[in-house]
Amino acid sequence: MKHLLSTADLSREEAIAILDIAEEMRETGTRQVKKLPALRGRTVVNLFFEDSTRTRISFEAAAKRLSADVINFSAKGSSVSKGESLKDTAQTLLAIGADAVVIRHPDSGAPARLAATDWIGLPIVNAGDGTHEHPTQALLDAFTLRRQLALREGVSPVGRGLDGLKVAIVGDILHSRVARSNLWLLNTLGASVTMVAPPTLLPVGAGAWPCRISYSLDAVIESGVDAVMMLRVQGERMRAAFFPNPREYSRYWGLDDTRLKALEAKGHDTLILHPGPMNRGLEISSAAADSPASMVLEQVTNGVAVRMASLYMLLSGDLI
Amino acid sequence: MKYLIRQAAVLGGQATDVLIIDGKIAQLGELHDAEATVIEAAGLVLLPGLVDPHTHLREPGREDAETVETGSQAAARGGYTAVHAMANSTPVADNAGVVEQVYELGRKAGWVDVRPVGAVTVGLGGQQLSEIGAMADSRAKVRMFSDDGICVWDPLLMRRALEYVKAFDGVIAQHAQEPRLTEGAQMNEGEVSAVLGMTGWPAVAEESIIARDVLLAEHVGARLHVCHVSTAGSVEIIRWAKARGICVTAEVTPHHLLLTDEKVKTFDPVFKVNPPLRREEDVLALRAGVADGTIDVIGTDHAPHPSEAKDCEWGAAAMGMTGLETALSIVQHTLVQTGLLSWADVARITSFTPAKIGSLEDQGRPIAVGEPANLTLVDPAARWIVDPSTMATKGRNSPFAGMELPGAVRATFFHGHPTVLDGALATPRVAHD
Repeated sequence: MKHLLSTADLSREEAIAILDIAEEMRETGTRQVKKLPALRGRTVVNLFFEDSTRTRISFEAAAKRLSADVINFSAKGSSVSKGESLKDTAQTLLAIGADAVVIRHPDSGAPARLAATDWIGLPIVNAGDGTHEHPTQALLDAFTLRRQLALREGVSPVGRGLDGLKVAIVGDILHSRVARSNLWLLNTLGASVTMVAPPTLLPVGAGAWPCRISYSLDAVIESGVDAVMMLRVQGERMRAAFFPNPREYSRYWGLDDTRLKALEAKGHDTLILHPGPMNRGLEISSAAADSPASMVLEQVTNGVAVRMASLYMLLSGDLI
Repeated sequence: MKYLIRQAAVLGGQATDVLIIDGKIAQLGELHDAEATVIEAAGLVLLPGLVDPHTHLREPGREDAETVETGSQAAARGGYTAVHAMANSTPVADNAGVVEQVYELGRKAGWVDVRPVGAVTVGLGGQQLSEIGAMADSRAKVRMFSDDGICVWDPLLMRRALEYVKAFDGVIAQHAQEPRLTEGAQMNEGEVSAVLGMTGWPAVAEESIIARDVLLAEHVGARLHVCHVSTAGSVEIIRWAKARGICVTAEVTPHHLLLTDEKVKTFDPVFKVNPPLRREEDVLALRAGVADGTIDVIGTDHAPHPSEAKDCEWGAAAMGMTGLETALSIVQHTLVQTGLLSWADVARITSFTPAKIGSLEDQGRPIAVGEPANLTLVDPAARWIVDPSTMATKGRNSPFAGMELPGAVRATFFHGHPTVLDGALATPRVAHD
């Protein structure tokens, strides 16, 4: 593995290998001394062209727990706001001595472009590009699902996929890089996916995706699912006529208290995931966010482990 | 000067000798002339000099991207003897002063006839008609008017423009793009954009404007030219309009005849263009549209950019591709070698009809005695690998870089003067007037 750009690039074996290493990394996170010496002396740059505190600190914690040095580069107030190109910014970081670049960028494909050009020649981790992909989020979601199912069955998650699991991804699919990365990875791992959204928030062309598509969250809950992933919905979308207003959105596609009860009544022990930050009362009610089925904080914890595994595999290099 | 082209296949037909004297075709047949410079052309196809209805020469304003000189050199190398220079320069070609400047630069450069296109609206602003009459009556004799790059979106303004140009024997060349449906658009909207998470440029944004415009043209009895048609649906609408007797002509670019949105998966902005690359079905429908005459002409939409405008991420990149030096090869590859067109058809779509649309009197003429010697010699058996660094255009943004293409321009005669000989730029023609 040279870069981590898209979950569509991962074979089942590679994906499971990352999840398995993440299991080991997660164990070290429960110890008193959380640090491993694996990447001592290496420098990881977090190159963030978009505001994101959660993902950046997760990558920062991951790199530091592997003893790497971390440089945080935020586009705001930097040379980028003075018109510096991505190429010049990246080459500057190379000259400073970076060994790997974790990049978040508002343009779909910017990390792939960085990887495909001769601008730098460093391993690239996509930390979210436009509305394209967010592969480490999908990996941490898969990790969370796999771990919970294994715990439930009292077996080890190591070496397993997500075969036969039914997952619903609900919300603003059109603008969601999380949904796309999850779609490919869940399929690779053997799960079946249903995308649930108002038709305005599904891309034209999604009919060719390897998933079912539904406009009715109630019908999908009624059919029985093992996990629901609620996506963040921006209230501003109503201004571009994607839906009439947040209340109507919530009424049809929000995981509200009534739907939480319906999920519980099915007796499926359906897991509730959300990539954060949550809009409580819009796509998810407080009762759902705080319920025992909610994996929201578990996802955050697992995110560090998955990002440790990703950086470790890219920078130590000899594993895959 | 006298030139004797020996044994050229005129429009791909009978091999003939062509004697050129003082800028005109003097004789055709089995010829001998001891004083003439002989050009051996056995195996080569002789075409009327190509006429591009759609070129961006960038001057004035963006001389870092292209100049009238370099752009018209690129045109000559591509076999062209006339180009229409689009109006979106800085300042905009929306008045007699700017169009005369561009015309003069072209005349002094001496590689091709540079025919400026006038803007439909002041500053391409879409608010107020520009001085169409003054541009038509200027030395540049503008006949084609276009806000290309921007759609004349306001239906009332478009109606008025279509009506008004009738007084000056002009034509409105429309860039059909519904602006609200294409806000922030990056690529064709479809299965590929769904996967890549890019804002889509839906086919309906082009088709709805073309549908509106052909009905407007019918209503006011004007003629309409549609720039760079890119979708199967657009071809159907234009086919319907022509069957109904509406006076509409349509253009397709070489890149839309070959490339699809699958190329965008590379995220290489060399494939970023407006209108965007479409689906395979669209490419095939466009070729069929050319074959049955629905689409009248090839327009390169040659759009050179400095390297920094493409050496970046997709979203930051400029839209556009170079095309003058590859157009004829792409036409041969996609239309001749597929059996859809003969060389006589190629002459029609690249020269005869574009010259008529632009009202160019001494371009796109038959290859006959007494006609101006605007001619192109093509070697259809040649094959070459596209290398943008060797091109005459300043732009290095060719989407065909690295591809092997058929057909090479061996010579171009511009009013009887060879601007290209042995496949390389020769000398410009010195204007006598």
